[in-house]
Amino acid sequence: MTDSSTVAKAADQAAVRSRRLRTAFAALGMLPVLVLLAVGFQFINPRFLTGTNLLIVSQQSSINIVLAAGMTFVILTGGIDLSVGSILAASAMVAVLVSLVPDWGMLAIPAAILLGLGFGVINGLLVAYIKLPPFIVTLGSLTAVRGVARLLGEDTTVFNSDLPFDFIGNGSLFGIPWLVIIALTVVVLSWLVLKRTVLGTWIYAVGGNAEAARLTGIKVPLVLLFVYGVSGLLAGLGGVMSAARLYAANGLQLGQSYELDAIAAVILGGTSFVGGVGSIWGTLIGGLIIAVLSNGLILAGVSDIWQYIIKGLVIIVAVALDRYRLQAGART
Amino acid sequence: MSAAARVEASQRPVLEMRHISKTFGPVRALHDVSLTVNAGELHALMGENGAGKSTLMKVLSGAYRPDAGGEILIDGAPVASGDPIKARAQGIAVIYQELSLAPNLTVAQNIFLGNEPRRFGIVDRDQCNRRAKEIIERLGVSFSARALVSSLSLGERQLVEIARALSTSARIIVMDEPTTSLTSRETDRLFEVIGALKAQGIAIIYISHRMEEVYQLADRVSVLRDSGYVGTLERADLNASRLVSMMVGRDLSAFYKKDHRPPDSQRRIALSVRGMSDGGLLKDCSFDLYHGEVLALAGLVGSGRTELARLIFGADRRSAGELELDGKPIAITSPREALEAGIAYLTEDRKELGLFLDMSIADNINMGVLAKDARAGGFRDFTAAERRAAKAIADLSIRTRSAQANAGSLSGGNQQKVLLARLLETEPRVVILDEPTRGVDVGAKSEIYRLIDSLAGRGIAILMISSELPEVIGVADRVLVMRDGAIAGEVTASEGRPLRQEEIMELATGAAKEGPTR
Repeated sequence: MTDSSTVAKAADQAAVRSRRLRTAFAALGMLPVLVLLAVGFQFINPRFLTGTNLLIVSQQSSINIVLAAGMTFVILTGGIDLSVGSILAASAMVAVLVSLVPDWGMLAIPAAILLGLGFGVINGLLVAYIKLPPFIVTLGSLTAVRGVARLLGEDTTVFNSDLPFDFIGNGSLFGIPWLVIIALTVVVLSWLVLKRTVLGTWIYAVGGNAEAARLTGIKVPLVLLFVYGVSGLLAGLGGVMSAARLYAANGLQLGQSYELDAIAAVILGGTSFVGGVGSIWGTLIGGLIIAVLSNGLILAGVSDIWQYIIKGLVIIVAVALDRYRLQAGART
Repeated sequence: MSAAARVEASQRPVLEMRHISKTFGPVRALHDVSLTVNAGELHALMGENGAGKSTLMKVLSGAYRPDAGGEILIDGAPVASGDPIKARAQGIAVIYQELSLAPNLTVAQNIFLGNEPRRFGIVDRDQCNRRAKEIIERLGVSFSARALVSSLSLGERQLVEIARALSTSARIIVMDEPTTSLTSRETDRLFEVIGALKAQGIAIIYISHRMEEVYQLADRVSVLRDSGYVGTLERADLNASRLVSMMVGRDLSAFYKKDHRPPDSQRRIALSVRGMSDGGLLKDCSFDLYHGEVLALAGLVGSGRTELARLIFGADRRSAGELELDGKPIAITSPREALEAGIAYLTEDRKELGLFLDMSIADNINMGVLAKDARAGGFRDFTAAERRAAKAIADLSIRTRSAQANAGSLSGGNQQKVLLARLLETEPRVVILDEPTRGVDVGAKSEIYRLIDSLAGRGIAILMISSELPEVIGVADRVLVMRDGAIAGEVTASEGRPLRQEEIMELATGAAKEGPTR
C-alpha cells in the first residue's frame, strides 16, 4: 500500500516536473534564438554586449513588453487586440495634457491609465456581449481611437518640458531604469494572474474551449471583458511610459503599428494564435528578441529599409522553426 | 459466381500484416500483431480504446512506419511501409471517424480531391462529374455529384468518403466507427453499400464498439488487447461473452449492474419538467424525475433528446416551459444557474463541448469548483485541487500516469471519466447524462454503469440519454421515449415483466400508434 502510493507520488512528481520542464521549454523555446542573435550582433559590433547598450535595449523593449503582456491575455482567449497602438497614443495625449494642469500634474498617470481601461472595456463589451468578432471590433477601434487621439491635441504635438512624472521615462532606481522596472512588474503580475488565480485558469479554459467553459458554468463574457480591459489598461500605461520618455505626444504618429510588434512578441513567445496555450515568460523573450533585432541592426549599420525586411523574415523563420520543433516533440 | 468459386475468392488473402510492432520512445503501442484479411470479407477489428486498433490502421495506411521485422503484404507482395501515397496507390483507403471532406466543394470535387482528372493540365470538370456520377450510382445513392457537401447529411458524407475510396480503386477499405453519428436509416443504407462492396471483392476492415453491428456484418472478428493480438473468431463461433472476455481479458458476468432499488410508491419528485418547448423541434415536453431513479430518455437520433436536455440545463433558450426542483419553481437561464441549483449535465460530445484537451486532468476535474475552492483575492487553492483530483482518479479508476498529464492524452473512456468526475465535484442532485458510454471501451462502460448505479443508490436523480437499447434496458428503471420533438410515451417495468426493447422501438418509430400504414 505504502509502496504503491509512494510510487504513484513519485510518478506524479515526475509528471509535474516534466510538465514544468515542457512549459519552460515551450516558453524558453525562443531563448536560443535570443542568445544567438545577441552573440551574432556582438561579432558584428563589439559595442553590442556592453552594459550601457543592454540597458538601452531593455528600455526600448519595455513599452512593447507592457503592450504584449496585455496582448497575451487577449490571444490566450483566442482573440486579438489591434487597437493598442491607438489607445497608447490617446492615453499619451491625455497624460501630457493633464500634466500641464498646475498642481494636479501627477493626476496625468491615473487619467491616462483609466482612459486606456475605458477603451479596452468598450472593446470587451462589444466582443463579449454583442458577440462581434474581436478582429473587426478592434480594427474599428484602431481607427476610431486614433481619431480621438488626434482630436485631443487638435492634431498637433503637445509638449511639457517640465513633466512631473518624467522620472518614469528617464530615471532609474538603483541603476535600473523605471521603464524596465515597470515592464518586469507587469510581467510578474500577469504571471500571478494567469497561473495562480481562478480567473487565470478560466482564461486558459475559455481559449481552449469556449463552449465547454460555458457549459462548466464559467462566466465567459466576464472573462472576455477582463482580458480586453487589461489590454486597454496596459496600453494606457504604455501611453504614460511613452509620454514620460518623450516629454511630448503626437496623436497622429505615436504608437503607429505598435500592435503589430506586440502581436509578434506574443507569437514569438510560443502562445497559440487560437488560444488556450501559452505563457507570459514566452512573451517577455519574444519582446526582447524584437528589441535586440532593432538595436543590433542599427549598431550593425543596416539601413532602415533593410531593418524592416530582416525583422519580418526573422519573425517568420523563428516561428516556423518553433512549429517544426513542437511537431517533432509531439511525435515521441 | 458459383458458390464454390465464391468461397475460394473469399479465402484468398488480399492483405497480410506480419509481426507488426510499433514503439514510440519507451511506449509500446503495438507488439507483434499479425492480421490476415481476405478479399470480399468484412473483418471486424475490436478491442478497448487504447488496445492498438488505431495504431495498427495507421501503420496500414502508411501514416506510421512499423518497427523493423514487421511487413505488410498485398496479394503476397511486400508493400513499402510508412508511405501514405504508395499505400493509397496499392489500394488501401481509410475512412476516419472525423470525416476529411471539404464542405464548400461539390461531391465530385471531393471525390477527386488531389487526384483530379486533367486535360491539357487543367481540371476536366465534365469528366470529373461524369466519373463521380458513375461511382455514386454504383453505390446506389440519391444525391447528385454536383451537390455541395455542406448540404449533405453526415450519413451521406460518409458515402462520399466511400466513393472517394472507390475512385482510387481501393481494394481494402478501413472504416473507423462509421456509424457513430448516423441515424438508423443512414446506418441501414451504409450496411447495404458495405454488402455491395463485399460482392465486388473489396475487403473491409471494420472498427466498432457496437456488438450488434459486428454480429450483423462481420465474417471474422479479430481482437486486440493491450497492444497485442488476442485472436480471431470465425462468424460461426461469435458469441457475446467470448468476445467480451477476449477484449477485457476477464469475465464480465455482471456487465449491467442494478443494485440500487428503484423508488417505490413513497418516491419523491426531484425534477418536474412542464411544457418545455424551444420554438422549433421541441413541443410541450413534460415529465417527472424521481430521487434515486435512473430514467432513460430513448428515441431515434434527431428526436430531440439532446435538445431537451440542453433546454433543462439552460444551455439553450427556451420559448416555453417551467421547472420545479424538489417542489420549488426555479428559473434557469444559463448552465451556471443550473449548476448552482444542483443540476449537472454530461455532454454527448466530450471533445468539442466537454474537455479542455490542452489542460491537465486535475484542472479539468476542478474546473467547475475553482471559485468555490478559491482563497482570498481569487487565488487558486492548489492543495484542494490536487486532493480532489487524486480522490476522483482513485474513485473512478481513471487510468493515467499523473493528474498533471494533459486530458488530451487519455483514451476515450478515461476522458469520459474525467468529465464525470468534474460533474460529480459540483455535488449535483439531478444528473443528466447524454450518451455516457459513447465511444467508450467495454471495461470503462461497465465502470460507468457501476457509477450510475451507485449514484442512484445515494438518492441522486439520473436522466440518461442513450441510443443503445441494451444499455437502456440494462441500466434504467423507467424509460421515456421521444419522437419528433415530443414525448411519445413511457415504458415501465413491473414485477415479472422487464423492460422490452420492442416496446421502446415501437414508440420511437411511431409503429405502435400508426400501424403499418406505409
